[in-house]
Amino acid sequence: MSNPDRSAPPPSFFRRLSLALSVLFSGELARRLVEPPVAAAPPAPAPAPVAAPAPVEPPPPPPPPPPQIITLKEATPDAALQLLGLLQRDARLIDFVQEDITAYGDADIGAAARLVHEGCRKVLKEHMTLAPVRTESEGARLTLPAGFDAAQVRLTGNVVGKAPFTGTLSHRGWKVTELRLPQLAEGHDASIVAQAEVEL
Amino acid sequence: MSQDNNGSRYSIGIDLGTTHSALACVDLAASDGEKTVHEVLAVPQVTSPGSVQALPLLPSFLYLPHPDELAAGDLSLPWGAEVGASVGTMARARGATTPIRLVSSAKSWLCHPGVDRRGPILPADAPAEIDRVSPLEASRRYLAHLREAWNHAHPDAPFERQSVTVTMPASFDPAARELTAEAARLAGFGPVTLLEEPQAALYSWIQNSQGGWRKKVRPGDVILVVDVGGGTSDFSLIAVREIDGNLELTRIAVGDHILLGGDNMDLALAHTVARRLAAEGKSLDAWQMRALTQACRAAKEVLLSDAAAPAQPLVVPSRGSKLIGGSIRAELSRQDVTAVILEGFFPKVEAAARPVQRPRIGLQQLGLPYAQDAAVTRHLAAFLGRQVGALAELPELAARQPEAASFLHPTAILFNGGVFRAGVLAERLLETINAWLASEGAPAARALEGADLDLAVARGAAYYGHVRQGRGVRIRGGTAQAYYVAIESSMPAVPGFEAPIQALCVAPFGMEEGTDVAIDAQFGLVVGAPVHFRFLGSTVRRQDTAGVLLDFWGPDELVPAGEIQATLPTQGRTPGEVVAVTLHAAVTEAGTLELAAVPVGGTERWKVEFDMRGQPIEA
Repeated sequence: MSNPDRSAPPPSFFRRLSLALSVLFSGELARRLVEPPVAAAPPAPAPAPVAAPAPVEPPPPPPPPPPQIITLKEATPDAALQLLGLLQRDARLIDFVQEDITAYGDADIGAAARLVHEGCRKVLKEHMTLAPVRTESEGARLTLPAGFDAAQVRLTGNVVGKAPFTGTLSHRGWKVTELRLPQLAEGHDASIVAQAEVEL
Repeated sequence: MSQDNNGSRYSIGIDLGTTHSALACVDLAASDGEKTVHEVLAVPQVTSPGSVQALPLLPSFLYLPHPDELAAGDLSLPWGAEVGASVGTMARARGATTPIRLVSSAKSWLCHPGVDRRGPILPADAPAEIDRVSPLEASRRYLAHLREAWNHAHPDAPFERQSVTVTMPASFDPAARELTAEAARLAGFGPVTLLEEPQAALYSWIQNSQGGWRKKVRPGDVILVVDVGGGTSDFSLIAVREIDGNLELTRIAVGDHILLGGDNMDLALAHTVARRLAAEGKSLDAWQMRALTQACRAAKEVLLSDAAAPAQPLVVPSRGSKLIGGSIRAELSRQDVTAVILEGFFPKVEAAARPVQRPRIGLQQLGLPYAQDAAVTRHLAAFLGRQVGALAELPELAARQPEAASFLHPTAILFNGGVFRAGVLAERLLETINAWLASEGAPAARALEGADLDLAVARGAAYYGHVRQGRGVRIRGGTAQAYYVAIESSMPAVPGFEAPIQALCVAPFGMEEGTDVAIDAQFGLVVGAPVHFRFLGSTVRRQDTAGVLLDFWGPDELVPAGEIQATLPTQGRTPGEVVAVTLHAAVTEAGTLELAAVPVGGTERWKVEFDMRGQPIEA
């Protein structure tokens, strides 16, 4: 079922799939996702002890930065692995993507995609709160004032002149307002995103 | 901030469910009258090995892993690792693939009179090398998990110092009630109060209305609470009266314990689809069957909530890593849902319909006594029919019901339980009841809107702790049954005939918490030797007072409620000596029934125990 309070249709399944994958495989995006949630979010329970080289909980926010040299951060692999594990467990995402689909008809692929779609939805719903970056409907004209947040809005096309910029909203964007990943036990090997199963 | 007189900052309500448990609380210090500050606790639980997540519902499943099955630290929780068994989401998921290590429906076993409820009997089909646990121990684990979760989230308000209410089915017998209280005690709880689930559901509805409930019900209303959970169905009747200008609620009747719920419905759909697949030559293993059941549940909810929805595709994933090649496709049509759910579980029947009882043939497997008839409507018809006289003690309400009524006429219905998320099912039930009412010329009943189907019981229980302090309307009712001991009348033995049984009422219907009664009749107890009595209960005999001796009763009026057992200690007496005693019955503040034997002329009290060891099932 689609969310009735969104006027614009959600992006296609494959668009969302590619978004999910870009979260998984882009360190930068993953880093943004594990930043502390917005202030309105309820306080997270105290973190479980976590393996030293791979903290899952967001690092404590740094003190207000004076003008400084920005260093590039390494993405923490555990959260990405964890999300991949959840997507495999509930949506069989790795199985789906790793399978050679050339031999199958659209009906077979469609049936499997239904399962993957439903599972991905469940994971997104359970583990994060998503909101569009811009609330205007796509196709609407809008004006960006001087000093707009370039991290939130990407300018495309005829990017010249000075703010305010007026243009058409081609994608509303998505932001994760809250991330609720499970806590991991110390020493837990997150790289096993799906255990092998042996039936006795 | 002001603390109330017990020093509790919060009133905690716990729904100890057959398939899910939940904990809600009311902040007593911040609440005022019918405006309450409340929340549901997110319960940290192991969701997969080594991974912990806080969820509002704690699945009531206990998994007993093999020593080699999990890695060290896989059962870590924020307050320390689980030892020997895991509770919650992972337990349920693991148990689906390894059912011999899964304890489920512990609550239904807790009220199963045929088994030793303190004995290690679960999982019932576990092989010998698995250390089984008792239904009591499983319940204790769920409660202890909730206590730890609370203390973890509220280090400044220790659980033991809060006011705690635990819910149970209205149909629980005194032994099951006592076991529930005992499980709470063993789980490290302080004093607890027990509350019947349908009452908790109504409390939650009252709480949600923030005082508006007074406009939604009127004096003379008879509210039928229909609570269909994952594994059980529970009915109660609550009358609305006006006393000294205030609305008062009185619970006047409760139904039998019926092991029939939403899980049966999903399973029935899955079997329908599996049969069709089998006809196509596709067989499903246990793992795929579970996946199909889950797919059917989701598809059912779509079909029942949207009358225009087309047939829903079902995909059963392969178990191996080949997802596309190995998946099995099926479909759940509207006809399936209509035939299986509406006609199978909620058929439109007459008010005179009764559940079908097949005689049990031969040796019965020692399992849970699941309902034989799947039709909720027939069980409901039987309940209302049996309770036709439930208003007898409330003349101003009885006057509203025609003399010739064949069943008790409810005027309002409160639905509870996840099953009723499908509005069609609540409508079907309402339609059926209204057809019964119309056939006797009575006005139609209305549904009470605004219930919270999944968490109402936990929320209502927390709210109950708030109203117990006199800060809101309280449902009165007392014990839901009258209790009797069976006495063999003394008459000459006649070969081939059992001596007729008389029933002595030891606790009347509607005994309130904190009250006790004594009966004059004397029994001879042998010092040092246990003496057993057959115990009987009645949900319909409201008029019997303590001490009344019955010679005759209607066929369904009195039902066996297990055995009770008294043992007089030998201190100060000679073993074998016969001591004359009288029986005293008391309903504790917690809501359990206590029977005591008191020697004539003495002041000692000996507790009379409910037999929880189980009796052999009669073939």
